[in-house]
Amino acid sequence: MESILIAILKAIIFILLFLTFSAVLTYVERRISAFIQDRLGPNRVGPFGLFQPIADVVKIIFKEEIIPANADRTLHTLAPIISLFVAYSVFAVLPIGEKLVIDGKEIKLVLADVNVGFLYILALSSLGVYGVTLSGWSSNNKYSLLGALRASAQMISYELSLGLSLVGVVLVSGSIQIDEIIRSQANVWNIFYQPVGFIIFLVSVFAETNRLPFDLPEAEPELVAGYHTEYSGMKFGAFYLAEYTNIITASLLVTAFFLGGWYFPFVDIYSGLNPNLSAILQVIVFFGKASLIIFLFMLVRWTLPRFRYDQLMRLGWQVLLPLALLNVLVTGLVKILL
Amino acid sequence: MTQTKIDGRAKTREIKRKANLNLLERLYLPEIFKGLSITFRQIFKPKFTFEYPDVKWQPPASFRGRPVLVVDDETGVERCVACGLCARVCPALAIEVVADETELDKERYPKKFEINMLRCIYCGLCEEVCPEEAIVMSKEYELVFTSREEAIFGKDKLLTPASKLKDRLEFLRKMR
Ligand code: SF4
Ligand code: SF4
Repeated sequence: MESILIAILKAIIFILLFLTFSAVLTYVERRISAFIQDRLGPNRVGPFGLFQPIADVVKIIFKEEIIPANADRTLHTLAPIISLFVAYSVFAVLPIGEKLVIDGKEIKLVLADVNVGFLYILALSSLGVYGVTLSGWSSNNKYSLLGALRASAQMISYELSLGLSLVGVVLVSGSIQIDEIIRSQANVWNIFYQPVGFIIFLVSVFAETNRLPFDLPEAEPELVAGYHTEYSGMKFGAFYLAEYTNIITASLLVTAFFLGGWYFPFVDIYSGLNPNLSAILQVIVFFGKASLIIFLFMLVRWTLPRFRYDQLMRLGWQVLLPLALLNVLVTGLVKILL
Repeated sequence: MTQTKIDGRAKTREIKRKANLNLLERLYLPEIFKGLSITFRQIFKPKFTFEYPDVKWQPPASFRGRPVLVVDDETGVERCVACGLCARVCPALAIEVVADETELDKERYPKKFEINMLRCIYCGLCEEVCPEEAIVMSKEYELVFTSREEAIFGKDKLLTPASKLKDRLEFLRKMR
């Protein structure tokens, strides 16, 4: 009974945490985009415009919802729900810290402590493409459909290199449990063992989250808004939220797999500390590192132009995939020989 | 590459395109990092935004805001002699002048002078044609009205003392 209560409480706290983080992220992204373009960005609502996300949410809830006359109503409604559901399911297995000790009870800072978390994440993240594809299919709009087709092709192509680049990590860390992988990096981060894997993973993650330079499913100059052209109101908001949640999860994953999670290289700052204090520190460090990765996402967005479709496919199949395979091979050989 | 200019003369311009990129350049990553660092530095550059309602843009003397009628500072009478040239030249047919006689030296004055601000295109031709330098373009660019009637500016809104238009008057003399 008590454990169920704790689980529910944890789930609520996690969801609130991610919701707040993505709300803040929309604001930060707009501000930084503006700064990069020598503008000021939203600065009217509240101090420094900090309440802008609240205003946005209130606005988007009260917007009229339009479903195109010939759209498939069921799928049209279902698509954003799938997107959001998948985005929020992925972080269920993501540990954000070690454990809290309350009343002598240990509470692990992860929603579902499964030992195949790694596979779960890979499986679910490819499910996300259903939301995108269905939204494009059900909208009865050629631009939406084109965006959806691109999204599915892109996701399938990059899923492979994404998974393969992680095989190297698994080989180095010797586990497919995410908190084990993080703990194995207490001294040396995986990025030093797996620099090529890191780059492949990072590029694939950009493609998986549909961010520039791989935002072909949206590609506003060509496809109006791509798969969510026909969405409005809170359904559009759901896609938007899913996109930001995916970005957060992706950066947390990059941090967990390659940048040592909550550890700093060569120094263990958590050894002598009270477990609760160190847990809080861990969460802060973990999210801090992830924020830097998110910042990188934003920088890349305003630096690189969008890929052409054939370039995208060539990069995925002819460069990243062979490189990932080679990486696995070399890592395996080194593992055996040393 | 050869480009043909609009006037028909051919103009050759060399476009430098390095065909053989070296290995580092073909790896893309170093170049991407260069690009990222440029983007990053851009964040700290000064911003160009005017926070408009709080900070207002001060137009230069060459700016063509809404046309106004000049009132002489000494006499307190408008300079316009109601010759009707401005109404005649206005390409948008925005000006209506009705002349009348007066005891003053200038003998004629506009009994009614109206500019329809919905029609005006801020071309400045009225200013250019006026023999008395009586109508000039002001610096005012905030024009708001809620009905068509309100958009017709009569003498009450058009008359402006010359002291307030000094910038523009000096500019006109300089450019003549
Ligand atoms: S041209 Fe000048 S003087 Fe003549 S009517 Fe217009 S404003 Fe008056
Ligand atoms: S600025 Fe041009 S359009 Fe406007 S009143 Fe003068 S002549 Fe007419």
